[in-house]
Amino acid sequence: MGTESIQSVEQIAAYDHNKLAMILFIISEGTFFVFLIIAYVYFHSVTKTGPTAANSLDLVKTSIFTVLLLASSFTMWRAEKSLRQGRPNGFRNWLIVTIVLGAAFLYDQGKGYFHLYHDNVTMSRNIFGTTFFTLTGFHGFHVLLGLIALCVLLGLTLAGDFKTSHSSAVETVTLYWHFVDWVWVVIFSVIYLWAFL
Amino acid sequence: MSDAPYIPVTPSLTLPRDRVTGALAWISTVDHKKIGIMYLVTSLVFFCLGGIEALLMRIQLAQPNSTFLSPTAFNQVFTMHGTTMIFLFAMPVLVGTANYLAPLMIGASDVAFPRVNALSLWLLVFGGLLLYFSFIAGGAPAAGWFSYAPLSEKAYSLSKGVDYYCVGLIILGIASIFAAINLLVTIIHLRVPGLTIRRVPLFVWMVLVTQILILLAFPALNASLVMLFIDRTLHAHFFIPVSGGSAILWQHFFWAFGHPEVYILILPAFGVISEVIPVFSGKVIYGYEFVAASTVAIGVLSFLVWAHHMFAVGLGHGVDTMFAAGSLLIAVPTGVKIFNWIATMWQGTIRFTTSMLFAVGFLVMFTIGGLSGVSFAAFPIDWQVTDTYYLVAHIHYVLFGGTVFAMFAGVYYWFPKWSGHMLSERLGKWHFWLILVGFNMTFMVQHFLGLMGMTRRVFTYPNLPDWGLLNMISTTGAFLMGIAVAIFIWNVWTSVSGGEPAGDNPWNAWTLEWATTSPPPEHNFDRVPPVRSRRPIWDLEHPENPDWKHGH
Repeated sequence: MGTESIQSVEQIAAYDHNKLAMILFIISEGTFFVFLIIAYVYFHSVTKTGPTAANSLDLVKTSIFTVLLLASSFTMWRAEKSLRQGRPNGFRNWLIVTIVLGAAFLYDQGKGYFHLYHDNVTMSRNIFGTTFFTLTGFHGFHVLLGLIALCVLLGLTLAGDFKTSHSSAVETVTLYWHFVDWVWVVIFSVIYLWAFL
Repeated sequence: MSDAPYIPVTPSLTLPRDRVTGALAWISTVDHKKIGIMYLVTSLVFFCLGGIEALLMRIQLAQPNSTFLSPTAFNQVFTMHGTTMIFLFAMPVLVGTANYLAPLMIGASDVAFPRVNALSLWLLVFGGLLLYFSFIAGGAPAAGWFSYAPLSEKAYSLSKGVDYYCVGLIILGIASIFAAINLLVTIIHLRVPGLTIRRVPLFVWMVLVTQILILLAFPALNASLVMLFIDRTLHAHFFIPVSGGSAILWQHFFWAFGHPEVYILILPAFGVISEVIPVFSGKVIYGYEFVAASTVAIGVLSFLVWAHHMFAVGLGHGVDTMFAAGSLLIAVPTGVKIFNWIATMWQGTIRFTTSMLFAVGFLVMFTIGGLSGVSFAAFPIDWQVTDTYYLVAHIHYVLFGGTVFAMFAGVYYWFPKWSGHMLSERLGKWHFWLILVGFNMTFMVQHFLGLMGMTRRVFTYPNLPDWGLLNMISTTGAFLMGIAVAIFIWNVWTSVSGGEPAGDNPWNAWTLEWATTSPPPEHNFDRVPPVRSRRPIWDLEHPENPDWKHGH
């Protein structure tokens, strides 16, 4: 009994509140996206006339930027690994690459929205517009939040933080960044691959 | 082992702050106990507002062909009554109780994220104020608390009311999710050594399962509200059938939240009852594992029965049958609990304090509500009585007879810990008996009105035989409840400083919150007793016969 208690004291000290909180938050946000995706799927075959995914979206371009977003998950993993190996410069460089890739994705999304708006494909045009902009818009919003968090990490690094090999903040933001990337895989499959393949 | 060492206290997670006093000390606090009390006060304020709305409806319905309220006002009042009682009374009273008690019960000095805790509280307060602001901003929402589309869409609800409903509830939803994450991390990470998950008080078990339900159910509500808001403000088409949307989708989404929500509102009440009944029966809870496991079963099932709110939609016989079967199944784990509590009282040395009276009242009232609930699961009955006063009676037997009775039991039980003073038992007994009689007068007759065909949400009714009489009985009962609540508030008001001093453990209870002073210091415990069983204080006081010798 006694030794068991001592062990659990040590285990408690090793627990990371932030990481568990982020995992729970991701579960909750994931559920939120499930409902937006269900709405998109539910109405997928309703639209008979006007803009649809097949006749308004650019598969090739979005595929390229999807690869960039997924690459940012890889670079973030490298960043975290560099920090764990005690190379803060490597961490900083990989972090910058991650931010650039994430920003490129958002730039493409903004440009895509602009073209659609130019062609009068909007929220109110038809149910495709409604579900498409809601789903991708909320994803873009989550990418933006992730980018802000990454920029905060970068600012802290440049200010001389993260001297130790273990950082709860870095691990927590990394989890979130992987989440927004992999949610996009599902959204990309449901919207683009379903329409074009 | 009576000389087992006390457990060293974990250092406080809150940052040292300058001593501030007065209102600013409350506004700026990140102490889970003060935040818990502010949750409780907020919920009491909204309980009174929701209660006033209920009384306005009962005045209007006391007599046939009444003109006390206009139809428009009536629609706003019943919508705000339901929305208030569910989101601004029942949720905060349960979250507030959990906020105050869960860290104490697990021997922690605060929740895992004290600042996020304060954020959750203030989001709730301002979300509630935003919802109520609609009254002076062109009219409150008037499409019912579940705002069915397309009635809630712009074409049918022109005023800003539903917009305030959407934004207000999204804020409350975010607050609830933050609070859930906070409580989950607290319960998972911050239990004192020895307090394994099989030893935590059942209240903490219920809070744990409830927070998981909140984490998974509230995103459904937030997603639905976001879509409705986009429909209304950006002229989108989610729930508008004429332009390709679907009104049924709103119902599916809303009840995907709405049914787990029912259990979010009742499980913490089960937790309160599971603490109160053993203490006042002088016995350990009968079948701890069954109470905990049946809660998990209820939690899982609660996500699979949403369409029993939609039997009247016409989803098809196969679908209806499946959801009816699932709904009937939920009665099993719930019934298990009722028998657990009765078996705990069996052959106990029962002390009928006000708290225990409310707990016993809960058992009877909740069982009546459960039985009418089972009758609803049989969808041919549902088709007959859906949207009648039979439904209104059912919901109030489970949520008022259930949740509210349990919360009164909890307040009389824990008020001494919260304030350091006892509530008056004499006033408490007046409160209990008046509310028991008033409650049954108000809602028992509504079963009959519903079966006679009186639909809910009608602002008046013709002078049909017995309808006037039954409605007058219902209104009289509602005012008796109003008097009872006034007595309760008077009791709280006079006891906060003037009540008999409570001492650390006035009820001879066994769980850790009673191992510190009343009220506890800001860091909660100077020292936490060793935990070797489910009743650490019993073990401490009975070194000759501790629970852990019997393997509890």
